[in-house]
Amino acid sequence: MRKWSVTLSVLVGALFLASLLTGPAGLPAMDSLRALAFGGDGPIPIVMREIRLPRAILGLAIGAGLGLTGAALQGYLRNPLAEPGLIGISGMAALGAVIAIQTGLSLAAMSALPLAAMAGATAGVALLVALAGPRGGSVTLILAGVAISALAGAGTALVLNLSPNPYAANEIVFWLMGSLADKSMLHVWLALPPMALGAGLILSVRRALDALTLGEAAAQTLGISGTGLRWRLIAGTALVVGPATAVAGAIGFVGLVIPHILRPLVGARPSALLPASALGGAALLLAADVAVRLIVPDRDLKLGVLTAIVGAPLFLHLIWKTRSGGRV
Amino acid sequence: MRGFVRRSRTILAAVLIAAAALPAASGSAEAAPQRVVSMNLCIDQLAMMLAAPGQLVSVSSLAQNRRLSPMAEQAVAHVPNTGRAEEIYLLRPDLVIAGTYTPQATIAMLHRLGLRVEILPPAEDFDAIRAQITRLGALLERQAAARDLLARFDADLAAARAPSGRGRAALYYANGFTSGPGTLAGSILGAAGYDNIAADHGISATTHLPMELLVMARPDRLITGATWPGQSQGEAILDHPALAGIAPTERQVTDRDWVCGTPFVTRAIRSLR
Repeated sequence: MRKWSVTLSVLVGALFLASLLTGPAGLPAMDSLRALAFGGDGPIPIVMREIRLPRAILGLAIGAGLGLTGAALQGYLRNPLAEPGLIGISGMAALGAVIAIQTGLSLAAMSALPLAAMAGATAGVALLVALAGPRGGSVTLILAGVAISALAGAGTALVLNLSPNPYAANEIVFWLMGSLADKSMLHVWLALPPMALGAGLILSVRRALDALTLGEAAAQTLGISGTGLRWRLIAGTALVVGPATAVAGAIGFVGLVIPHILRPLVGARPSALLPASALGGAALLLAADVAVRLIVPDRDLKLGVLTAIVGAPLFLHLIWKTRSGGRV
Repeated sequence: MRGFVRRSRTILAAVLIAAAALPAASGSAEAAPQRVVSMNLCIDQLAMMLAAPGQLVSVSSLAQNRRLSPMAEQAVAHVPNTGRAEEIYLLRPDLVIAGTYTPQATIAMLHRLGLRVEILPPAEDFDAIRAQITRLGALLERQAAARDLLARFDADLAAARAPSGRGRAALYYANGFTSGPGTLAGSILGAAGYDNIAADHGISATTHLPMELLVMARPDRLITGATWPGQSQGEAILDHPALAGIAPTERQVTDRDWVCGTPFVTRAIRSLR
């Protein structure tokens, strides 16, 4: 476990650096790092501090949040297919964010944007837990997720099409696929505090999730309150996924891929898997965000395109294994 | 049942007679067109300047939009159309003028309905505006009005032009797009005496320019796109702190005079002084 956390931390650090050093301007590495650390005159400090740094921080934080919530939902629902993007929580958060933007709420108060996205995410995750709680089974979970995703996506498209803004309707793809392009430190300050709170809340239930792997009855005899666990998990997920989606759109598959890759390495125990998945998610999203800038440097390729290319085949593989009756 | 069939036949016959009577004077291309419909914001404006009283029946609904059209007041006097084949046909035009970007399906339908449709490309520089005025004057049989307009445009343009070497400027719009020298906005910038930083990156048309490259180019002057009611992620880029960092001085916003290749571009050139 410790070995893996060190390896993952080093990987995240390297990818964070790669994210800072990747960009169309092709700045020399040493100059740009010096400008980042010490500032100075000229355009390089602006590029490093105002454009690349927020992008790298958001990639790290959002990736970590998605990996963490994916692992936590999988542990709680005892279902390897649970993932905030796939089961519609991100989609509901995007709907909340779009409503806040188009009603002008987010202009009145900056904090309305993450708050509305959190409200959407809460609705999504609460609906899902109600429909496909621990006894719901994979099929119920996926069906509920498909329905919630479809509804959230349709709502988002409707709101954006009703907007008087000529650019709004073209942004459906941003809200469905996600992007970190041209985000500023403003977005970082908007998203990071609630996400940190949510991550703390989720990490605080990891022992309870350990107990839950023994079964609900066993967990209760160990003094785990089912209701308390559920509400902390719902609140934590909404606090992480809501602000993340509000600034970067709905990025899918990160929370599915990472716990699945890490489970054979660090073990299936949630207390070990949760922090490892946070690191893994950060690594995956940073790598994807570096890749979108290298593949088509002059266009804004959406992050969800890459994460889906990696994640969807894995998802099919998981369905195949479930279908043939094997345990996943 | 029988009564219903008879009644529906009567209705059908009435519709057919009405439809046959609809096209007013198709095929009489020799005489000046009497009922002209424009389907394009830019042609709307030139047509309003050139047409004889009563000759221009309808302009696009965008022409009445104050954010897009410098002639919004005049446009109110015409029937607005939203570019659908059905409403265009019911206006009984003898000449329809569309733009290159009018949907192909609509154009094909108007042709099928037997209407005369002329398609004009957007004017992306001053010579193209001159050509457009002459072409539209010929289509409307208003050659004298076109010559007058052209003379006024040439005089205005000569007066508005500034000598080059006033510095480097950048055009920056929502979603991080910029316009190179091959576009109308680029021509306006050039006529106002500015060098376009898009040209440094080999950009001639309107395309995406990463914000990093814009910041590294350090333009002396930043001209941004207008923002619209409602909000969008694409426009949020114009509020990015990095842009404030490179262009601390006044920021120019492109308005309705920048949208179309019409004589109003001379006002856009003057606005950059």
